[in-house]
Amino acid sequence: MGAYTGWLVIGAEGGLMVGDMLVQLIFFLVLLALLGKFAWGPLMDMLKERESYISNEIDTAEKSREEAQKMQRDASEELKKTRQDAQAIIEEAKKTAGQQEQSIINSARTEAERIKVSAREEIEQEKEKAIQALQDKVASLSVLIASKVIEKELSEQDQQKLIDEYIKEVGEER
Amino acid sequence: MNHEAPLALDVLGIPWLDFNLSNVLMMFIASAIVFIFAVMASRNLQRKPRGWQNFIEWLIDFIKGIIGSNMDWKTGRKFLPLGLTLFTYIFVANMLGVITMAVFGHELWWKSPTSDAGITLTLATMVVVLTHYYGIKEKGAKEYGKDFFRPLPFLFPFKIIEEFANTLTLGLRLYGNIYAGEILLTLLAGLAVSSVGGFFGAAIPLLAWQGFSTFIGFIQAFIFTMLTMVYMSHKVSSDH
Repeated sequence: MGAYTGWLVIGAEGGLMVGDMLVQLIFFLVLLALLGKFAWGPLMDMLKERESYISNEIDTAEKSREEAQKMQRDASEELKKTRQDAQAIIEEAKKTAGQQEQSIINSARTEAERIKVSAREEIEQEKEKAIQALQDKVASLSVLIASKVIEKELSEQDQQKLIDEYIKEVGEER
Repeated sequence: MNHEAPLALDVLGIPWLDFNLSNVLMMFIASAIVFIFAVMASRNLQRKPRGWQNFIEWLIDFIKGIIGSNMDWKTGRKFLPLGLTLFTYIFVANMLGVITMAVFGHELWWKSPTSDAGITLTLATMVVVLTHYYGIKEKGAKEYGKDFFRPLPFLFPFKIIEEFANTLTLGLRLYGNIYAGEILLTLLAGLAVSSVGGFFGAAIPLLAWQGFSTFIGFIQAFIFTMLTMVYMSHKVSSDH
């Protein structure tokens, strides 16, 4: 039991062991150096590399996000422009169609006018011609009547009768 | 219970050079485990972490958190390897004694190296010396010297005492916790092998205590690293 109680006292085995202390110091410093070279060093480098990798990745992601946004903006602008163009084309087409319609109507109207005018002229001419023909006929009839009158010295009655007859004849002929 | 330490006194005829060979062995084993683990975990590093890489990256984040809660990351980044090594080494060292203890002959060979006050005090002293070194390096000798008279000049003696107190408490806290855990484990194990009834009586407390010791081992490694960074920030940051 004496030895056991001796254990409880610091360095009871005969004071602090200077050798142990030196060995501990050397061991620890060597361990520190070795681990620094073979374990902590590479680990720390690894951590740093990962850190820079992640920050790079974040930068890249940020950049590509911006790019994508820009592209999207461009695309939507493009779409808007295209839509406007389409609208303009439709407007244009409508306007042209309206103009064409108007011009077709106009030309049809002038054509109709022209046809009407020419028809009227034709009618006039025909009438003219008919009148001419009638005049010719009347002239020849007068000549005929005159010759008949001359041919037969007719009584007044007969003459009257004859005139009536011819007029009737002419009327029938017409 | 009467285990003795495998001592090697007056090595090479030098009167003050004494070794506890079990400590040397366990320090070597702890360092080797930490080294192998860390190197294995940092092989095949990939941008997208897998397997052990996840774990060690979590560990780095954990230590980063400890440093970050004490100083700004720009000053603190250079202490990350120190914090990582301290934490893993102390944790592994604490765990070694929880897993098992081995006695050969009458000599206790397998134990936590951190259950020896000399070793924990060495670590603590190293840390405090490092804080002074970085204090001078970061702020210049003049500012470093002035810090001993802040905020009031008459506090100078207390500041000096504080440095030694810090060293002592940092080392002895770790030692005390781990050593106490080992004592109880030894007692429980001794009870378990003493008789059949003793085995059944000791099995459950032994399990519970091992679980608790694992927890303590983690907490102590965390506290040691945390306090290292606290002391460090006192020396290197100008706003404290």
